[in-house]
Amino acid sequence: MTEFLQQLINGLALGSILALIALGYTMVYGILRFINFAHGDIFMLGAFAGFYLAPKVAMFLPMPSIGGGLAVMGISMAICAVVGILIEKLAYRPLRRSPKLTVLITAIGVSLLIEYTCQNDHVFGAAPKSFPTIFPEYHITQLSGLSLNSNQIIVFAVTLILLLALRFIVLKTKIGMAMRALSFNPEAAALMGINTDIVISFTFGLGSALAAAAGILFAVNYPSIDPLMGVLPGLKAFVAAVLGGIGNLPGAALGGVIIGVTETLVAGYISSTYRDAIAFGILIIILLVKPSGLLGKKEIEKV
Amino acid sequence: MLEIKNLFVGYGAIPALHGVSLSVKAGSIVTLIGANGAGKTTTLKTISGLLKPKSGEILYDGKNIAGLPPHQIVARGISHVPEGRMIFANLTVLENLQLGAYLQRDKQIVRRELDHVFSLFPRLRERQKQVAGTLSGGEQQMLAIGRALMSRPKLLLLDEPSLGLAPLLVKTIFEKIVEINRDQGLTILLVEQNANLALEISHFGYVLETGKIILQDDSAALSQNPQVKSAYLGG
Ligand SMILES: Nc1ncnc2c1ncn2[C@@H]1O[C@H](COP(=O)(O)OP(=O)(O)O)[C@@H](O)[C@H]1O
Ligand SMILES: [Mg+2]
Repeated sequence: MTEFLQQLINGLALGSILALIALGYTMVYGILRFINFAHGDIFMLGAFAGFYLAPKVAMFLPMPSIGGGLAVMGISMAICAVVGILIEKLAYRPLRRSPKLTVLITAIGVSLLIEYTCQNDHVFGAAPKSFPTIFPEYHITQLSGLSLNSNQIIVFAVTLILLLALRFIVLKTKIGMAMRALSFNPEAAALMGINTDIVISFTFGLGSALAAAAGILFAVNYPSIDPLMGVLPGLKAFVAAVLGGIGNLPGAALGGVIIGVTETLVAGYISSTYRDAIAFGILIIILLVKPSGLLGKKEIEKV
Repeated sequence: MLEIKNLFVGYGAIPALHGVSLSVKAGSIVTLIGANGAGKTTTLKTISGLLKPKSGEILYDGKNIAGLPPHQIVARGISHVPEGRMIFANLTVLENLQLGAYLQRDKQIVRRELDHVFSLFPRLRERQKQVAGTLSGGEQQMLAIGRALMSRPKLLLLDEPSLGLAPLLVKTIFEKIVEINRDQGLTILLVEQNANLALEISHFGYVLETGKIILQDDSAALSQNPQVKSAYLGG
């Protein structure tokens, strides 16, 4: 039982990180109806931004510390938001009226461009780097050996705060209402006076900031980072978004948690060989059984 | 107030409008009638910026607005109630109306406009918390018109407000259109397949056929025109 709870905690931590990435996929899909395959690379850039920022922030704030760690995370989120907005402007906006396939292939191209540019020795280099300790680390051992480390608590707390903030933005603010309107009907949204380009930029910025936060949280828990670190979590988060129902925000969060927990339990109890295959097994099952996802509604065909 | 000169619009290589010219006087109701596929919706979408014209001018208060993006055209005071209503079915009635006032920063004005729309369509006040997708067809049309009024337009473009509604509801909606024009002095460009009703409430009319204006006259005269009678008024 303790062992199971332990695995569950580990799985929830991983799932929270996947959930944060999945939200970006699902938001962009909701608004532009395409999968931004470069999203996993933003997650990687978030971690690297943290890597380079940590010594700079350490000049002003104690490090490791909660404040210092959060500052690193916040700046990394801001940088990645800008990067996400630029990618949309430069790569996707010129293709606004092109077939979806063109945009999809462009997204894969952008992803490869980022990954291989970053592997260049003059950029980050291909060799893994060791991520610095930015948050204070404790091991909290309770009840018969069940251990919860402080990094996991940070993952849970940050994820919870970001999810609540996102929920507030989407449901209670004007730009959030514009996002919902745009995802429902772009023409009608434009007729309301909504500048759809601004809303699309905002959506990319928001999704990229969440991915950056996920990148930092991931690096804090698995402190070896490299330019290809975003590939697998990116794909798994994409599966999570599909599992929850692509375009559906609570669905993406739920999907992330399910994938994280399932993967951890299977790795712990059955075989860790299959760890990375779990998500794709789930993808195949969901596509066969309920292609619209757990919380997704059937797409209403729009003319 | 609005003057369209020699407008050409197409979908890809397929032309839809071949040199449409028409004008709308401030304070009037002008109707554009024509059969299905004549290009009525295309005309309205081009005025509101959803479509870009190949050539031609759209002068609004003397300035050419052809090719501007929709949000800039709304900001200048043109509001478009699209064909099929296009309400946000996933949002509440109130949120739909708030979106109509998206460009209005002054909350006081938004509240006043909301009151005004609710007094015009009391049904919407009762249903403001309801998800818009659950409204009946007539209520959805009221919502679409109310939402367009929230931006306090000077020119209202209406695309087939009678579409799919029972005759009694059509009558109600048309009475409201007359009321909006009379009481607020709002200028209206009304597109309709229901030519009888449209000519009855409008001051001036244009007949569009396969992308060209073939007739134009005072609505009263147009409804007596034998050609219009046989083609659009059922004998
Ligand atoms: N999205 C579109 N793509 C291609 N052709 C279109 C599209 N919308 C309308 N058309 C064509 O343009 C012409 C005018 O259509 P429309 O403006 O919708 O007519 P109306 O509103 O008078 O029924 C028609 O021949 C129609 O088939
Ligand atoms: Mg039409």
